[in-house]
Amino acid sequence: MADRHLAPDTPELRARWGAFAWTAENAAKAREVVARYPEGRQRSAVMPLLDLAQRQVGAETSTQGWLPIPVMEYVAHYLAMPVIRVVEVATFYTMYNLVPVGRFHVQVCGTTPCMLRGSDDIMAACKAKGMKKGHTSADGLWTLTEVECMGNCASAPMVQINDDNYEDLTAADMTRILDDLAAGRQPKTGTQAPGRHTVEPLGGPTSLAAMVDANHDYRGEW
Amino acid sequence: MPKLTVDGIELEVPQGATVLQACELAGKEIPRFCYHERLSIAGNCRMCLVEVAPGPPKPQASCALPAAEGQVIRTDSAMVKKAREGVMEFLLINHPLDCPICDQGGECDLQDQSVAYGRGSSRYHEHKRAVTEKYMGPLIKTTMTRCIHCTRCVRFSEEVAGVDEIGALYRGENTQITTYLERAAFHEMSANVIDLCPVGALTSRPYAFEARPWELKKTLGIDVSDACGANIRLDSRGREVLRILPRVNDDVNEEWISDKARYQVDGLTRRRLDAVWLRRDGKLEKASWDEAFKAIARVKPGASIAAVAGDMVDCETMFAAKALLGALGSTLLEGRQTGMDYDTSNLAAVNFNSTFAGIETADAILIVGSQVRTEAPLVNVRLRKAVKRGAKVFLVGPEWETTFGGEFLGENLSVLNALPAHVNEAMAKAERPTIIVGGGAIAKGAIPAALALGETWKVVREGWNGFNALHLAAARMGGLMLGFAQDGGIADLVAAKPKLLLSLGADEVDYAKFADSIVVYIGHHGDKGAHAADIILPAAAFSEKAGTYVNTEGRVQMADKAVFAPGDAREDWTILRALADALGVNVNFDSFEELRERMITAVPALGVEGLADYGKLPKAKKSAKADGVIGYPIRDFYLTNPIARASATMQRCSAELLHGQDFAEAAE
Repeated sequence: MADRHLAPDTPELRARWGAFAWTAENAAKAREVVARYPEGRQRSAVMPLLDLAQRQVGAETSTQGWLPIPVMEYVAHYLAMPVIRVVEVATFYTMYNLVPVGRFHVQVCGTTPCMLRGSDDIMAACKAKGMKKGHTSADGLWTLTEVECMGNCASAPMVQINDDNYEDLTAADMTRILDDLAAGRQPKTGTQAPGRHTVEPLGGPTSLAAMVDANHDYRGEW
Repeated sequence: MPKLTVDGIELEVPQGATVLQACELAGKEIPRFCYHERLSIAGNCRMCLVEVAPGPPKPQASCALPAAEGQVIRTDSAMVKKAREGVMEFLLINHPLDCPICDQGGECDLQDQSVAYGRGSSRYHEHKRAVTEKYMGPLIKTTMTRCIHCTRCVRFSEEVAGVDEIGALYRGENTQITTYLERAAFHEMSANVIDLCPVGALTSRPYAFEARPWELKKTLGIDVSDACGANIRLDSRGREVLRILPRVNDDVNEEWISDKARYQVDGLTRRRLDAVWLRRDGKLEKASWDEAFKAIARVKPGASIAAVAGDMVDCETMFAAKALLGALGSTLLEGRQTGMDYDTSNLAAVNFNSTFAGIETADAILIVGSQVRTEAPLVNVRLRKAVKRGAKVFLVGPEWETTFGGEFLGENLSVLNALPAHVNEAMAKAERPTIIVGGGAIAKGAIPAALALGETWKVVREGWNGFNALHLAAARMGGLMLGFAQDGGIADLVAAKPKLLLSLGADEVDYAKFADSIVVYIGHHGDKGAHAADIILPAAAFSEKAGTYVNTEGRVQMADKAVFAPGDAREDWTILRALADALGVNVNFDSFEELRERMITAVPALGVEGLADYGKLPKAKKSAKADGVIGYPIRDFYLTNPIARASATMQRCSAELLHGQDFAEAAE
């Protein structure tokens, strides 16, 4: 996060994105988003609209998308708010990419639970594919970022690739997922552990076991 | 009215007060960085922690905590001391210890408070954060590594100035304060963030490395760059005024001043008239005072003498000129240099009657021909406050970018003769309807029509006078009070064909019309007036003489003398006194005190600091109509007077901010 920075405002950037405007489909979505907020509070729509804009940029560049300065200006203009307020929001939240990213944005969680469950191996598996932390690979396929907790500690370690989470990973799982993605196949999302459905305890409940079928009063057993 | 206890002192505080305010009322000092009386509460510096019971057993940020009945507040407990030390230590983690090379040194909140509330030594051994420089324009110098993210500058530009241009990007430890794309901060009040910055992150660029605050002599003065009469402090060292800062006066400027008032200061040492000049064979040549007075005496003007007062002269100078002309038997006095000839028989009709503080409470405002933002930035701030409270604003005149919204009704004054129904309705129904007639409209003779509208809407009612004229010249109201106005304006002076024309720093006059007169210019800058003069007598600028000024709301204020005038220049009144001797008349004053005494005898209101009473508004003529396309008098905000035109800082602001010229940054 410390290396987050705005892409420089160059004539080339202006030439590429200066004409950014909603596609017909996104224009309808944008109207719908803005309509969710009361009259006079349209600025509240800035976060969903920045996300929409990032997705549209992503669709145009077939990547996860990012937010060039002219696009932020477009959103600011669309909501009739000062650009600096939009930039403040975009730079605050890490889910808005400030520089171009690759086709797949691999976000490896490195916070303590994931680290204890082997996120270092996951990171190594990514690096074995030629990725470098904070960089986009030369073929434009991968961008690797180490992120803080994504709230999947019960199924650590995990990565988020674009909109999907992959959990309960091993280095082999990770390599397989990356291979699948590179080959254009959609791997199974969510937990990769065999026999696990979501984040339920492996091998049945370990706590409150008596309450699985019916209510049970534990108070006398304390 | 909650009753509470602060350090054992029981007191009652107003409803809605915060704990911090309660502590201040109890006489306790609460250290703070982000909290500022005139800005919204942010609560992000955590320096104002106090212990409050009842409440959670931890220190609380007093700036954002409402005072409540029965609270027991401690500002002197061990917990508070430890909390302050802790916060200070956190703030200093990333703050460089570069006070010896920091311009804020000696007047730095962080420096003072770390001495008063800090631990005295650091336990931090890791690397400090560094932040890249941010360009904020020709006036604001930035060293963002020193920033402690109090966001005062962000809140000022959003709330007071009304131009969202500064923001806090990124988050947490990586937060950076910057203008959008590091463009120059561009509004008329931008440099006030320098005063607001509690550390040395934003300092004054023109004043960089000039002086330390303890070297400076502080003199109380009045700003003359516009007609608001902002209260200023002139900081001088030796014979030079090094900087100008605002003083707090809630009635006039709160605690802001415009960029021009603050930074025209370097113009005081450039292009100065520091010698006597005589025109011989069409060429100005240096001469002595004696030669100049003899040359003037040779004109033998008798009663054929006239005087034009410039926009920045003080009342004493104008009165001395009036006394001189009176002794010679002339009353040809005028101060409206550009030819305005509005009726001055009742000064209430050309005064800002609502007062600046009062205008905040207006609920419907019609602005006729005033680009308030450049003509009176301090009034603009007040208008913004009024709009925030729900006032409706309508404007007549060419469109400009307001900071408070408002509806433009048209460029031609004729709009006033038939206002749209919704405007009439809003004004008629308002509790405090207000009309502001600006310089552009006054020049087109809009006052009678505005008075008529005012009568229709009853802008004068119990406890409220909503009729306002907004002047541009600091000398205007004082001049009008002293009778510097002819019925026909300056045209009367032209028609009188005076043998001798005294120009008191008048630089906007069309001197071609006075081709047959001997023009004596008594002023301080080699500007337009001096170019046209036959005899130049060097005088003192506003910083170099004591004087009385009357601002556009009729507020009489007195300024002190900060430094001496350069070279041969003298205070204006001494020149006029000597001129009386040269012309063989008696003006009955020999000292500044005598002059002031005589002036106050003649116009008693000038002896009382505060609002002058001009009586009731005149009866309006119902038939009064207005017509004409409004042109705003200020084309270049940064270059409106001879001092600003001489100032390198103002010239650069004009070139860079108004004319888009690029200035390469020198590598440091």
